[in-house]
Amino acid sequence: MTTTQQPKADGSTVMETGEDIGAMDTIRRGITHSPELKEGIRGTLLLAVLASVGQVIVPIAVQQTLDRGLNGSGGPDVSYTVWMGVAAAVGILITSYASFAMTTRLFTTSERGLATLRIKAFRHVHDLPLLTQNTERRGALVSRVTSDVDQVSQFLVFGGLLFVVSIGQVLVATIVMLFYSWQLALVVWLCFAPLFLSLRFFQRKLSDAYTTVRRQVGILLSAISEPVVGAAVVRSYAVEARTQSRIDEAISAHQVASTRAQGFTAFSFSLGGVSAGLANAGVLIVGIWLGFAGDISAGEVLAFAFLVTLFVGPVQMGTQILTDAQNAIAGWRRVIGILDTPADLVDPGVDGEVLPRGPIDVRFEDVQFAYPHGPPVLRDVTLDIDAGRRIAIVGETGSGKSTFAKLLTRLMDPSQGAVLLDGVDVRRISERSLRTSVVLVPQEGFLFDDTITANVRYGKLDATADEILASAEELGLADWVAGLPHGLETRVGQRGESLSAGERQLVALLRAHLADPDLLVLDEATSAVDPALEMRIGRALERLMSGRTSVTIAHRLSTAEGADEVVVVDQGRVVQRGHHSVLTAQEGSVYAGLHASWVAQQGS
Amino acid sequence: MNDERADGRGSTRAGISVLMVAIRREPWIFTLSTLGSVLFGALTVADAWVLGWSTDNVVLPAFKTGEVGTGSLVTILALFLGVAILRAVGIVARRLGAGIMQYRMQARTRRAVTRQYLSLPMEWHQRHPTGELLSNANSDVEAAWGPIAPLPMAVGTIAMMVIAVVQMFFADLVLALVGLLVFPAVIAVNVIYQNLAQGWMTRAQQLRAEVSEIAHESFDGAMVVKTLGREAEETARFAAKAEELRDVNIRVGRIRAAFDPALAALPGIGVLFVLAFGVSRVLSGATDAGDVVTVAYLLTIVSFPIRSIGWLLGEFPRSVVGYRRVRAVLDASGEMLYGESPARAGRSGARLGVDGLGYRYVPDQPVLDDLTFTVEPGRTVALVGATASGKSTLTTLLTRLVDPDAGQVSIDGIDVRDLAPGQLAAMVSLVPQTAFLFDDTVRGNITLGADVSDADVWEALRIAQGDGFVAALPDGLDARLGERGTSLSGGQRQRISLARALVRRPRLLILDDATSAVDPEVEARILAGLRSGLAAGDGASGSTLVVVAYRKATIGLADEVLHLEGGRIADRGTHAELLVRNPSYAHLVNAYEQDGEQDGEHAGHSGQTGQTEQGVTA
Repeated sequence: MTTTQQPKADGSTVMETGEDIGAMDTIRRGITHSPELKEGIRGTLLLAVLASVGQVIVPIAVQQTLDRGLNGSGGPDVSYTVWMGVAAAVGILITSYASFAMTTRLFTTSERGLATLRIKAFRHVHDLPLLTQNTERRGALVSRVTSDVDQVSQFLVFGGLLFVVSIGQVLVATIVMLFYSWQLALVVWLCFAPLFLSLRFFQRKLSDAYTTVRRQVGILLSAISEPVVGAAVVRSYAVEARTQSRIDEAISAHQVASTRAQGFTAFSFSLGGVSAGLANAGVLIVGIWLGFAGDISAGEVLAFAFLVTLFVGPVQMGTQILTDAQNAIAGWRRVIGILDTPADLVDPGVDGEVLPRGPIDVRFEDVQFAYPHGPPVLRDVTLDIDAGRRIAIVGETGSGKSTFAKLLTRLMDPSQGAVLLDGVDVRRISERSLRTSVVLVPQEGFLFDDTITANVRYGKLDATADEILASAEELGLADWVAGLPHGLETRVGQRGESLSAGERQLVALLRAHLADPDLLVLDEATSAVDPALEMRIGRALERLMSGRTSVTIAHRLSTAEGADEVVVVDQGRVVQRGHHSVLTAQEGSVYAGLHASWVAQQGS
Repeated sequence: MNDERADGRGSTRAGISVLMVAIRREPWIFTLSTLGSVLFGALTVADAWVLGWSTDNVVLPAFKTGEVGTGSLVTILALFLGVAILRAVGIVARRLGAGIMQYRMQARTRRAVTRQYLSLPMEWHQRHPTGELLSNANSDVEAAWGPIAPLPMAVGTIAMMVIAVVQMFFADLVLALVGLLVFPAVIAVNVIYQNLAQGWMTRAQQLRAEVSEIAHESFDGAMVVKTLGREAEETARFAAKAEELRDVNIRVGRIRAAFDPALAALPGIGVLFVLAFGVSRVLSGATDAGDVVTVAYLLTIVSFPIRSIGWLLGEFPRSVVGYRRVRAVLDASGEMLYGESPARAGRSGARLGVDGLGYRYVPDQPVLDDLTFTVEPGRTVALVGATASGKSTLTTLLTRLVDPDAGQVSIDGIDVRDLAPGQLAAMVSLVPQTAFLFDDTVRGNITLGADVSDADVWEALRIAQGDGFVAALPDGLDARLGERGTSLSGGQRQRISLARALVRRPRLLILDDATSAVDPEVEARILAGLRSGLAAGDGASGSTLVVVAYRKATIGLADEVLHLEGGRIADRGTHAELLVRNPSYAHLVNAYEQDGEQDGEHAGHSGQTGQTEQGVTA
């Protein structure tokens, strides 16, 4: 890699936060991403209506039974009581079942929809360019496919549909009120007007507050994951206190943000009650005034006061749901934000070209590369590598030599010019074909927390144990494997940390060897193994590379000595190329300098 | 975690005891929010009273007389508004109080859990994936304190319930007893619910952790996934767990979907029973109809408290599971014990003593076996050995990242286990094989918060040959490096990591192949810097130096070389001596020159007899 990689503040390489997506837009797009959410929605809505109607009707039926049947003027009316009682029991049964069926359906569709969204977002993270992936911390990325998604689930089950039902109830209550007295209905609406008007304001406040909460969760997880991954450094430098104070900061910030959001929630919810009090008083006062005009009777005014409660209930419910919605939407946005981030290394997919198997010839055509807002790292590079050749790329740290490896394996695309494999621009090669034919072994090989076998199988999914052993044998690693506590079944630990850095490189090499590429790109892939083993692997690789093309990024010139050709990079340009022996002879050249210090180092 | 297989009642009890932890911790906020809840309940009743009062004293007289005083209207307005505002105060107190309590408990538990993460030994960390730890600190903590939100409401309504029940007994003893059958029914429904939900909730929390685990690992290894084109397989691996979580969540949802309406229906059913008994009692003349109505009404009042207690009980299984998972971290043993010895004062080099040191990862397969050596103050020793000969393990023992199975490591004669916390790190710095950088500035990564002047930071960078590229960064020492220092190359990361050690002027410096990713030219300059530093006799000088090395230039720094083979010291002496008398050593270090002269097999590797070198570097 090169000196100043600055993958920040650039539209093309930054992870979208999703924070600028509007609330309705979020819901609409959320549903598009999770089509399951719409499945059976009519039936569910019907059940919701049934359940909420039942919640009103059942108490009324019970009350009727008591008032008319039991407490009637002429003593208990047994048959009326029995029939109303049976009716109430049936009502309870139906309501409960409707409520159960509705919630079950909601759980099912929302969990299915959200699982789809989670998986899509996960996949999309892997489809993003490496530079973009690196702009978001791992912990925050994890929060986006875990806890952010969880927030949405609660809302979808206990909010979404009930909100629609609440609006329906408010409308029905309004119509009934209008039927009784349009003037009083107007009074009620006027009393609630401040609430409805302030709702927008509160929604904005709540939206900001919950957006902050979700962001803080991401920060919190990052603050925790970093020192957990770097536990050895934290421990050996005894910086636990400092690390803890940073984590504590994130914990407190999350606490403050959550409490603030809760404050807004409580306050906005309490407003509904104040409006209700106002409406009750208004109805009585205006009712009396209307009564003087002879428009309404005392009984009607009192009946209206009862109607107000039918109006207030769903309004309260609705504001509550709107509040919860802001929390859900804040999480939802962050997940959608991932999907909005362009995967600008686009896989041409089925339209893509498929490379024929066999050694690949490589051509760099006027290639220039710069990180966003950075100076060019590679300039005017035109380079042909014939099929089957072994090439070593050398140069000082920061000369741009690792960029070659990244462009060749399409971890990044050039800013200008093109990289061609077998004459085809890498951007036009299908991802599958490219990944089958071209394999990179990076300097710090990442291993998954599993056995060596499982890790090696990342290179070839169906590799058998015998194949893996044979492959280890070919690379001269058989006695290393034999020496492992459980052979190939040895677990490597998180990130492979139960192995030494050198051993991790061995596993990565084994993995690449099994992948059987036509173009192998090695980026200082044996830097951490002992010299004897390195040389032994080098010789094995030479044998194995016959019939393939290989490009090795090397800083140990021993590798360069064995290559068919050496390409010397200095300050982003190719300054020399040729065989080792030719280049060393060019006095005062970059390569001669590198070689001199290498020799000096070996000589002592 | 699965050993406590609680039945339904056990889990209710466990849920209550989790809540008691919170209540004991935050008694005042709890009291406040409960009072808010009681205030809310009282004012809901008051609302009905105000309506009744207004009807009797203002509305009906007004309609009767055809006139009304302004005072009366103002009174109505004031009464309704007063009650509404007080009720709003109740709501805010209850909700905000519950929120404050909940988030305080969350924060407190998170601080405890993360403290534990920082103090548990490396060996524990190896067994617990990062993603799982994230889930413990996030989702499990949230789950544990989830019931705090509905708690004040539930407690506040208990008063309402008690009053109603007492009134029922005053109305009619027999009917009250019939009505109270609702309570055993509530308990039965709850027990069934807790029984059904507990197991699935446990699974759900575990799956949440696994989903988080796969996500973290997969994003961490994104480059490998990309370069090997394994996106589809990784997605399948993630999807398998996400889908299992989905299915479990749906099951939990079904159980919850049945619990809430069942609980809500019970008081209604109770009323019907009271009616059935009531009718016969009225007909037989044992009760009058009015009392039946009273008992039935009181029972409907009870339905609200039952529902709010139901919300509380509904949260219990998840809470208990979350709490147990958090407890498992908090109770994890194996914390490293420290002594009380201070480090010896002064800046001069430390004497390193290693005596009978043994370490194994797997029984009967020692990685290090009975190692004994001493490094005198100011001396430089090189550890040389093949890959997997135990060198990195040794460096982790020297810096007490792990403790040995046998023998001891001592600094200036003090067993490192006897040193007080922080004392060892004040004397000894390790530069690991793989540099780990934080998402911080260059300066922050080098000082790690220590009080060090910029001049010292630049001096350390100069020796580490990092001053050039750092100066070229747009913000110099203030440039942010991104998570794990992704914006730098491997060699640059190693140099920052080296500067981090050098700036501390450690009395013992341990380099574990710390320049493997650096170019030969740069490496030569680093070594020259170290050598002159050692010779010059200034601050960093007198340092004792232990280097794990492969290359002769590095080994050349050493006064003495320890040749490790199979976890034992196979030979020791100066580089020159070993080259002459030890063919396996000579083969190892001369490999680059010998290239082409040898075939594959050689003596240097015959010494490895079943050891894996296990580094604990990040």
